[in-house]
Amino acid sequence: MFDEGYFNLGYLDALSYRNTFVHRLDPRAKLIATVAFIVTVVSFPKYEITGLLPFFLFPVLLFSLGDIPVKFILKKVLLVSAFALFIGIFNPLFDRQAAYSWWGLPIARGWISFLSIMLKFFLTITSALLLIATTSFPGICHALRKLGIPDIFISQLLFLYRYIFVLVEEAMKVVRARDMRSFGNRGKGMKTFISLAGTLFLRTVERAERIYQAMLSRGFSGALHAVKPYRVSGADVVFLCSTIVLLYLFRMHDVVGAIGGLSMRIF
Amino acid sequence: MHMADALLSPAVGATFWAGTAGAIAYCSKKLKDNMEEKLIPLMGVLGAFIFAAQMINFTIPGTGSSGHLGGGMILTVILGPYAAFIVMASVLTVQALFFADGGLLALGCNIWNLGVYPCFIAYPLIYRPLARAGNTPRRILAASLISGVIGLQLGALSVVFQTLLSGRSELPFTTFILMMQPIHLGIGLVEGFVTAGVINFVLAARPEILESSLSARPFSANISVRKVFVGLLIAALLTGGVLSWFASANPDGLEWSIKKVFGKPELPEAGGGIAPALKAVQEKTAFLPDYTFKKTEGAGAGAEEGKKEEARPAVETGKSISGILGSVIVLAAVLLIGVVIRALRRKLA
Repeated sequence: MFDEGYFNLGYLDALSYRNTFVHRLDPRAKLIATVAFIVTVVSFPKYEITGLLPFFLFPVLLFSLGDIPVKFILKKVLLVSAFALFIGIFNPLFDRQAAYSWWGLPIARGWISFLSIMLKFFLTITSALLLIATTSFPGICHALRKLGIPDIFISQLLFLYRYIFVLVEEAMKVVRARDMRSFGNRGKGMKTFISLAGTLFLRTVERAERIYQAMLSRGFSGALHAVKPYRVSGADVVFLCSTIVLLYLFRMHDVVGAIGGLSMRIF
Repeated sequence: MHMADALLSPAVGATFWAGTAGAIAYCSKKLKDNMEEKLIPLMGVLGAFIFAAQMINFTIPGTGSSGHLGGGMILTVILGPYAAFIVMASVLTVQALFFADGGLLALGCNIWNLGVYPCFIAYPLIYRPLARAGNTPRRILAASLISGVIGLQLGALSVVFQTLLSGRSELPFTTFILMMQPIHLGIGLVEGFVTAGVINFVLAARPEILESSLSARPFSANISVRKVFVGLLIAALLTGGVLSWFASANPDGLEWSIKKVFGKPELPEAGGGIAPALKAVQEKTAFLPDYTFKKTEGAGAGAEEGKKEEARPAVETGKSISGILGSVIVLAAVLLIGVVIRALRRKLA
């Protein structure tokens, strides 16, 4: 399970270095567009379902234009669905007033709000994962820096990201070694964990000292600099503007109802 | 424990983001003024350590279930509140991006719940006074246990309030509280034990790490209780102010939860003024004469009922069929777009 989690982290990182139209967009534009998307989706009231459907256009476009494997992302979304599912499932229990009756079968309002929560959950989580899959983590950090987030926090994010892979590998070695020496659940108690974590901690601190010395000898003066230059291009402006216009249209107008009404008139 | 985007309303999400961003800015400034450069790599690598340590699971005695480390208290004890908050925020940011834990809007809430309470409440108000007198293992254990429990209880309480204020969930206040607090009591105890264990381990093996980290941050000593309380008071007032402002604009969320919490439908005084203006703007911008759309319906039905809840107009069969038809068409069109683009890309590649 841990191997898998780690592999995912690396795979997501590898995905973010592809070279497609979406990947080439400026990180700032993508970050702002994603945040706007999430806020718009979440702003729908509790019982909204049809209004949310047009928003599926955005993840679908990013999946297809960015050449992101759908199954991989969906699996990750499924893995984290527990909390929203757990809280949302109480809605049908507590909100039993019938909202529709479907050929005599009443449908409680709670089910509608539950479905709405799950749709929102899917849209927001997918868009967050797509953001990282189409924008490298350093790219996002750069965007955050340009958007005025304090330098210390950005350095922290970059450092953390750089050493996650190293330390997770070390932790996996520790886990493997422990598992090979323990039968069943013996040796997996808190006591063992504390010594393992303690040792890992000491090694981490020693590593930090070595890193600091290496940084000093390379002339570190307190700030990390990005090598890759980012420039806002026409494509970024078009992308951001069209996203915002679409979000506005989808939020303020009942697209589904309009299309449904139109098609009813045609048939 | 991680709050999720889908359960949040924009107002609540934005409010907590504002609080979190303020805390990050404040901590960054504090660090910039006082920090040794040496702390930069240490903070970064310790953030990665939290991740790594979370991958080592262990069995919780008595239950047989497996748990893992949260890490907020360990960081605070080693690095001091300001640096620890920044590290915690960075860990949660990476979790939100790579593991999709919660989501980006909920990240503000999550940093608040898991960062502010251990760093700025549990540590200065509980851990420090308890552990200052002498670094004996027993004192450290007591201090870690109490502060671990308090920190997580506050965090869990926040999750409950954030969910209720957002008004997306139907869970009644008491049920929710009774579910969240005991679970997090257990988690807090385990966290406290593990925190104490690791700190005592470090204290035994390399005591100078704890001492040097203490001396590297002289500023951590002068967090005064009064300052913390004043800060919290301001945060509470701000939150209350912002939320009540939004509450008048967006009645369904807050009124609903207040009804649940206090058993009364409305606060004694509901500030008006901004709501009609916003509604007018919304109606003007949302107007598209050709189609029937939800805003007019809402206004029509809402006029009779007041603005108590989102209007559910009597359902006409024609309308619901057109809604379903429209949904199917929209979803099919979206899917088709994706498939076509993918096919085109394959062809071009």
